[in-house]
Amino acid sequence: MSIWEYANPVKFMRTSGAVLPWVAAAAAVCTVAGLVWGFLTPQDYKQGSTVKIIFLHVPAALMAINIWLMMLVTSLIWLVRRHHVSALAAKAAAPVGAVMTLIALITGAIWGQPMWGTWWEWDPRLTSFLILFLFYLGYMALWGAVENPDSAADLTGVLCLVGSVFALLSRYAVNFWNQGLHQGASLSMAPGERMSAVYRYPLYLTMAGFFLLFLALLLVRTRTEIRRRRLAALLARENRA
Amino acid sequence: MKALLIRDLRLATRAGGGFGLALAFFLIVCTLVPFGVGPEGGQLSRIAPGILWVGALLSCLLSLDRIFALDFEDGSLDLLATAPLPLEGTVAIKAFAHWLVTGLPLALSAPVFGLLLHLPGPAYPWLVASLMLGTPALSMLGAFGAAVTVGLRRGGLLMSLLVLPLYVPTLIFGAEAVRRGAAGADPVTPLVFLAAITLATLALAPFAAAAALRVNLR
Amino acid sequence: MSLLAVRDLAVARGGLRAVEGVSFNLEAGGALVLRGPNGVGKTTLLRTLAGLQPLVAGVIEAAPDAIAYAGHSDGLKPALTAAENLRFWSEIFGGHDIAGALEAMNLRDLAERPAHALSAGQKRRLGLARLMVTGRPVWLLDEPTVSLDRDSVALFAGMLRAHLGRGGAAVIATHIELGLPEAEILELGPYRATRTRRESRPAGFNEVFG
Repeated sequence: MSIWEYANPVKFMRTSGAVLPWVAAAAAVCTVAGLVWGFLTPQDYKQGSTVKIIFLHVPAALMAINIWLMMLVTSLIWLVRRHHVSALAAKAAAPVGAVMTLIALITGAIWGQPMWGTWWEWDPRLTSFLILFLFYLGYMALWGAVENPDSAADLTGVLCLVGSVFALLSRYAVNFWNQGLHQGASLSMAPGERMSAVYRYPLYLTMAGFFLLFLALLLVRTRTEIRRRRLAALLARENRA
Repeated sequence: MKALLIRDLRLATRAGGGFGLALAFFLIVCTLVPFGVGPEGGQLSRIAPGILWVGALLSCLLSLDRIFALDFEDGSLDLLATAPLPLEGTVAIKAFAHWLVTGLPLALSAPVFGLLLHLPGPAYPWLVASLMLGTPALSMLGAFGAAVTVGLRRGGLLMSLLVLPLYVPTLIFGAEAVRRGAAGADPVTPLVFLAAITLATLALAPFAAAAALRVNLR
Repeated sequence: MSLLAVRDLAVARGGLRAVEGVSFNLEAGGALVLRGPNGVGKTTLLRTLAGLQPLVAGVIEAAPDAIAYAGHSDGLKPALTAAENLRFWSEIFGGHDIAGALEAMNLRDLAERPAHALSAGQKRRLGLARLMVTGRPVWLLDEPTVSLDRDSVALFAGMLRAHLGRGGAAVIATHIELGLPEAEILELGPYRATRTRRESRPAGFNEVFG
């Protein structure tokens, strides 16, 4: 029994079909509970009620980066081991990641307006997310433009590798370019810098919720991609016969 | 290798090769900007480093699709892929040829365009230096983008979308060096970063581009 | 001496196997003519032999740098003259003499003419002359006689026979009788991939689902 068994689409379809309802239910419970709990937290003495947007902003930002990392890993698996499910999972994840990036950007703007007095600031973190969003757009556009699905998987895989390097480079270049307004990491491990437990626990819950939400969407979308490929395969065979 | 370089240069400089188009485009950008922001000298001189770098970058982008598209259409790329020269070498040579006909002329003529935009005096050497160091990376990354999109219909627009985000670090350090030069500060730090990015790109991008070409040829 | 040996080769187009179980052995001086209806996979087979496409199953044994491929396009630059085009390919493939190649395809009078001013048949002749300057023994030819008139086909057949006589070999996908009685004919129709003959390793995702 090895993890590579799930690279077989038939096996993947069977297992993911059984797991999906549970993941989806857990995602709904965690996200809703976390957001409601977060909404009921007391107002911050400095930031007032605007602080509550972090329950959307932080999990979305976290997922925006992690989804790209996941795409990098699955692209590598495709390029090295040629497992089709891996490539399709990367394809399926990209729009979710793009939307997460967009959520992080939009909630950041909504929060920034009362706090910094501007909707948009060329702050390193904001700028990096904007660049990440551009990478997501390019990646998805390339998937859409290449007709042969195997070629598309190869090309997007290579793009994902090169893009990862340059996304990272951009992150540090942008730091160099502008020092920024954004506060440091929201969840620091150092004692004394810790966020109050009142906010921390609901935040953990929404983070788990967003992760499960991504997982559920990923499974649904990968299943759709597999079915789409299968349909195309059946049609191709029909045409040839 | 030399034969390929000479052929690409000859094709670029012969009628219909598009040599000089990038320079003309650069001139147009530098002409249009004052119409957009107003003729006031102080303001122009403040934004000149950024405009010059963005202009150079866009001019470079303009001719990228020619790196591989024509060779793909007429079958030359199939033949080059089966030639003794490794495809990585072909990519590097073609990117170098692209740099010789776009990046190098842009870097050398940039001071003239700097005059148009009231670039402050001390910035001129740094403008040329940063473009000389940065444009090879633009050509090489462009070759990667061109290799990824070579077989596609309407690949040009997609290539811009893929390549421009890759240009961000080069643009940041390049323009920063000129800005520091203009302000009389020390521009060496961004120049060193710029050189590092260019060297890393020259070392690694040919492999990624050749891999993409192989996919598009099959 | 075997120049190109193929055993149990399967090639795929668009993730589906086109032909499979193809085996042949090409000796010096040997020619193999590929036949088969449109879409059977002649071009795919030739591109796979040239190394432009990955093979799905089987073995291709060829000496390194033995193969010269000539596809549907001739790889000519319209802005360069016929001689410049040929000299470029000669330099890329190691500097073989272009005069003989121009002579063989009767192109000497056209040598200084830009390629954009050549007719379709003349371009094709130039594209075939390129094979000679590669100096490679195994020629893979995909419909080499397209847009050639009868005299040019005879000219090409003569060049091909001379190449075989020098110890070369060729795989040719064509429907035209080239006048090469010694050429073997490989009918690809019977090798068309079928669902029952599929091996464990699928050609692509399209074959993963049984």
